[in-house]
Order: sequence, then structure tokens, then C-alpha cells
Amino acid sequence: MTAPVIEIKGLRKTYGSGDTAVHALRGVDLTVHRGDYVAIMGASGSGKSTMLNILGCLDVPSGGRYKLDGIDVGSFNETQLSLLRNRKLGFVFQSFNLIPRVSALGNVELPMTYAGLGRRQRRERAEAALQLVGLSDRAHHMPNELSGGQQQRVAVARALVNAPALVLADEPTGNLDSKSSGDLLGVLGRLNALGRTIVMITHENDVAAHARRVVRLVDGEVTSDHRQAPL
Amino acid sequence: MSALEVLRFAVKGLLANKMRSVLTTLGISIGVAAVILLTAVGNGASKAIENSIAGLGTNLLTVSPMRGGAATAPRPLTVADAEALADKRIAPDIRTVSPVVVAQATAAHRGVSHSIGQVIGTRPSYFDATSSPVGSGAAFSDSDVTEARKVVVIGQTVAQELFAGDDPLGKQIQLNNIPFTVVGVLAQKGSSGLQNSDDTVVAPLTTLQYALTGTGSLSQVVVQAESAEVITAAQNQITAVLNQRHGITGSAASDFRVQNQQQLLSTRTQAVDVFTTLLAAVAGISLLVGGIGITNIMLVTVTERIREIGIRKAIGAPRGAISGQFLAEATLLSMVGGAIGVLAGWVGSRFSFSGIQPEVLPSSVLLAFGVSVLIGLFFGSYPASRAAKLRPIEALRHE
Ligand SMILES: Nc1ncnc2c1ncn2[C@@H]1O[C@H](COP(=O)(O)OP(=O)(O)OP(=O)(O)O)[C@@H](O)[C@H]1O
Ligand SMILES: [Mg+2]
Repeated sequence: MTAPVIEIKGLRKTYGSGDTAVHALRGVDLTVHRGDYVAIMGASGSGKSTMLNILGCLDVPSGGRYKLDGIDVGSFNETQLSLLRNRKLGFVFQSFNLIPRVSALGNVELPMTYAGLGRRQRRERAEAALQLVGLSDRAHHMPNELSGGQQQRVAVARALVNAPALVLADEPTGNLDSKSSGDLLGVLGRLNALGRTIVMITHENDVAAHARRVVRLVDGEVTSDHRQAPL
Repeated sequence: MSALEVLRFAVKGLLANKMRSVLTTLGISIGVAAVILLTAVGNGASKAIENSIAGLGTNLLTVSPMRGGAATAPRPLTVADAEALADKRIAPDIRTVSPVVVAQATAAHRGVSHSIGQVIGTRPSYFDATSSPVGSGAAFSDSDVTEARKVVVIGQTVAQELFAGDDPLGKQIQLNNIPFTVVGVLAQKGSSGLQNSDDTVVAPLTTLQYALTGTGSLSQVVVQAESAEVITAAQNQITAVLNQRHGITGSAASDFRVQNQQQLLSTRTQAVDVFTTLLAAVAGISLLVGGIGITNIMLVTVTERIREIGIRKAIGAPRGAISGQFLAEATLLSMVGGAIGVLAGWVGSRFSFSGIQPEVLPSSVLLAFGVSVLIGLFFGSYPASRAAKLRPIEALRHE
């Protein structure tokens, strides 16, 4: 079998120092294999976002090891990390985080622009990604002309357009109604069926029910790891 | 990521806040236009002075009184001094000597009045010595001077103001209520940069002394040397004669000054140079202020867009792409501003300012434009590197 997409050992994250130090992660071990679909659950403040930000190379851990697709990222500098974020990772945020005043298509093209792809290729792949999330007819709309659910699907299209090894989503349905949530989960499910590895944070059980595996965090530690569907 | 993409992002960023971009650009434009225009005015002024003085001829010497620093009381220049200079045995290299008095007066003709720039009282040799030919009519004669006749030769500006196209010859004009007969009109001469040489009247020395200035001291003595080659000899002869007459010996300071056209030119251009330098300094400061405006706007832009920077970093924007984008925005602002400023300065220099026709110095265009681009790079690089150094998670959490 190939190397796991995620392999973390003894991951720690401490904010601040001394008396006011907050131990957001207290030694987390987790291994996620290719094609898995993991839901991370836990009370507010249990360290879910902290963990996902580290997995997404947006933040650095205070201790422990993180291997992404078999590569130890601990020694990477900022340039290498940005390359990693661009090629191997796709991030979906709770608050959509589209670039304002840039069209849906432009937003989806952006990761490919930073990757140095040509114009024609970018256009084709961005259109394909928008089609995959069912938004071909909204390609030229600005973010403020799209509903929350549509914005989030644009964000998913942007996250997957560079064919990343791993798609990370921090409460992607948190700001959506049940209909939009359903659409989005459909998109994520299809992506997973096509072989993408997904790690998603959620507070809702019926959202977590779509995943193949559920990991629970309490106070910065993994307390349960339950498989719902086979890999 | 190609340079073209960076540029595209920069243009988009600037267009997103049009009003702000336009105002910032305006700051730079004004600075650049000011540098180009003000140096052009200074340059035009010194060119005009050079031309007018060159027109006077190279064998001309001007003797003017000077308040000496010596303890001896300075003696004024008198007609007797001028007579002494005209003595061929003592001063063989001098061709003509024209004593000059200068006065201010108002001229009037049939109810129209005009305040004249310069009223000159002198002898007929003055016209030839200073290359001021009479265009129509004739100059007054030596006998007009000895008889102190009330005749006058007027400049083009005065003719225009008082006669508005009519023929002034033979007509009467009043200078400070004293009637004079116009016998000639000077040919057009043009502006000398600081004063209009056509706004003048020339009358016999004695007439003017009796009527306006009194018979005491002279304003100047205009001396014509035999030729340009003997100008230094003539200068020495004047100095010797006047030193003797004024009782100046040894190292005592002179109470007069003898200047040839070159020296006259350099004193006048020195004055203009000071003026040009001042103008350039003012313009330079306004350019600097424009540059600070760019830094300010770029800092605001970066702060405002920290979240956007965070998003761009989260999807893999390398540092260079972020800093490149902001640097390109700043440089673009200053380049567009500079280009508009060059255009405005060039258009502005088509117009003349109080008789001075500005002449654009190519070096000032290059300098102003170059400086404005450098300002963009320099003042833009700080906000740009600040934007690029942000950690993605910190930028994303920024409210
Ligand atoms: N930048 C920070 N500085 C200091 N403490 C922080 C910072 N970010 C998070 N924390 C703390 O770390 C802990 C874990 O936060 P985290 O955001 O990972 O929680 P979470 O599980 O995502 O919660 P939620 O479900 O509410 O999003 C919290 O106690 C929080 O206060
Ligand atoms: Mg969270």
C-alpha cells in the first residue's frame, strides 16, 4: 500500500506561554489513507480547527510530526509550504473566503495561476470544476452575487481544481441551510467517490453520517475513532 | 506565475478602488508636472536674458555707481566723468560715451495714460551703442541735447498703449504733464526675461535732467569700445580715468563698476539660477509628498486586504506573488501619475508666464519620471514586503 496521505504523531499546539498558555492540542496521533472521508467532531474549543490548520500547512505545530503524502513537512520553509498548499492541499472554510470582486471562474482559476498554468488550460479546468459542483451557469458572477451555498460550492471547486492529495474543510456546512448543506455534501461525496481524500470538521451528526470515518476530539486529544464505511 | 499575471492582478487591485487610485496618482502627477514646468520656466527665463544681452553687442561696457565699502564717501557718476572718458588722448579705445539717467514717469496722450517701465535720458550715440535702432522717424540729434528740446523716441509698447495703431510721429505726449514731441519709434525688441524692453521712452539727457531727474548724478554711463578685441583695454582705460577723477588710489575700493556684457550676463543668470533652484526645490518637495501619499495608500490597502492576502496564501500564493502584486500596484500608480505629470508639464510649458516662454529641459523630464517610478518602487516595497511576510493563519484570522 502507498504512504498514508496524513500521518501525524504526538502533535501538539500551545498558544501563548506561562500561566496563560492554552494547550489546544495535547499529542494527537492520526493516520488517514488515500480515498478516506473523515469527519472530525468535538465540542467547541476542543482543538478541531487548530488541528485542521496544521494539516493544511496554514499553521505550524508546537511539537510532534506531520507527514503529508509521505513527506515530513516539519523542516519546510515558507516557499516550500506555499508550494505544498498549492499542489497537494485544498482548503474549504466555514466563511467561504472567496476573493471579493473576482468572478467565480476567476476564483477557481486562482490556484492554477499561482501554479503557473497557461490561460487556456486554466479556463478549461476551472470550467470543468465549476461543472462538477453544478455552477456552470454562474461562472461569471461575482461572489456577492452568489448565495452562501453557491459560494461554498465555488470554494470547493477552487479547492479541488489543482487535483490535491487532500481536501480539508472546516465546518463547510456551518453557514448553510439544510438544502445547501445537502448539495454540498453531495459534491463532497462525489469527490470522495472519485478517489479524493477528505477531512471535514462538523458539529452535526447527520453531516458526519456522510463520512466513512468519525474522529472525536476532547480537550485536544483523540477520544474515539470510529469507521462507518469501508475504505 | 508570469510578470503579465502580476501586472493583471495589480491593475485589478487598483481598479477595485478607483477614486483612491486616481487621487494618489494625482499627487504624483502634480509633483512631476511641477518639477518639469518650474524648471522649464527658470530655463526659459535665463535663455531670454542671454538672448537679450547677446543682442546688445559685444563691444558694450556699462559703468554704474556702486556703494563702496570704503571709508571715503562715494562720489556719484557725473556728466563731467562721461566727458573725461570721451577724451581720445587718454582713452583711445573708446568710440562713444553715452551718459544715462533713468526715471519713472507716466505718459499721456489725449486722455489715455500709461505708466512707462523705463524713461531714459541720454545722447544719440546710445541708440547705436545698445543696438536699439529707431524703426520709424529718427533719433534726436546732438543739438536737441544741447538745446534741451522736448523731443522723445518711444518704444513699441508705449506707441501701442497711447496711439493704438495711429501714427505717433509728430504728435505730442505728456511725460508727467510736460509736453514732448514724438520724433521716432524704436524697432521691436522683445522681452529680456525680467523686463519688457519695448516699454520705454528715450529723451535727450539734458531735457530729462531739467524736467525729471535733476542735473546731479547719472544712473549709468554706456560706453562703446572701438571693437570687441579691445574691450579689456577700454575697460582698463575707464577704470584708470574714473579712479583718478574720484581720487581712488592703491587698494581703496572703487565707487563704480565697469561691466561688459559677459559679466552682466553672469550676474543676471546667477540671479535666475538661484530662482530656478528654489523652484526646483519646491517642486521636488511636492514630488516627495506624492511619494509619501503612495506609501500611505499602499499601507492602507495592505491592511484592508490582509484577509484577502490570507486567502491567497491559503491557496498557495508564494511570497513573491503577493509582494509582486503590491509592488506592481505602487509602481503602476507612480508610473501612470508620472506619465500624466510629464504630459501636463509639457502642455503647461506651451503657455508663457508673465513674458517668459518656458523651455522644457529634457533632463528634467527624465529625472522627474525616473524619480516618480523609483518613489513607487521604494515607498511601495515596504507595504509589499509587510504583506508578503504575513503568516497565512494570522492573515486569515484578521478582522
Ligand atoms: N490564535 C489563538 N490564540 C490563543 N488561543 C487560541 C488561538 N486559536 C485558538 N485558540 C484556543 O485554542 C483552543 C482550540 O481552538 P479551536 O479553534 O481549535 O477550537 P474548535 O474545536 O475549532 O472550536 P469550534 O468548534 O468552536 O470552532 C481554544 O481554547 C481556543 O481558545
Ligand atoms: Mg473551529
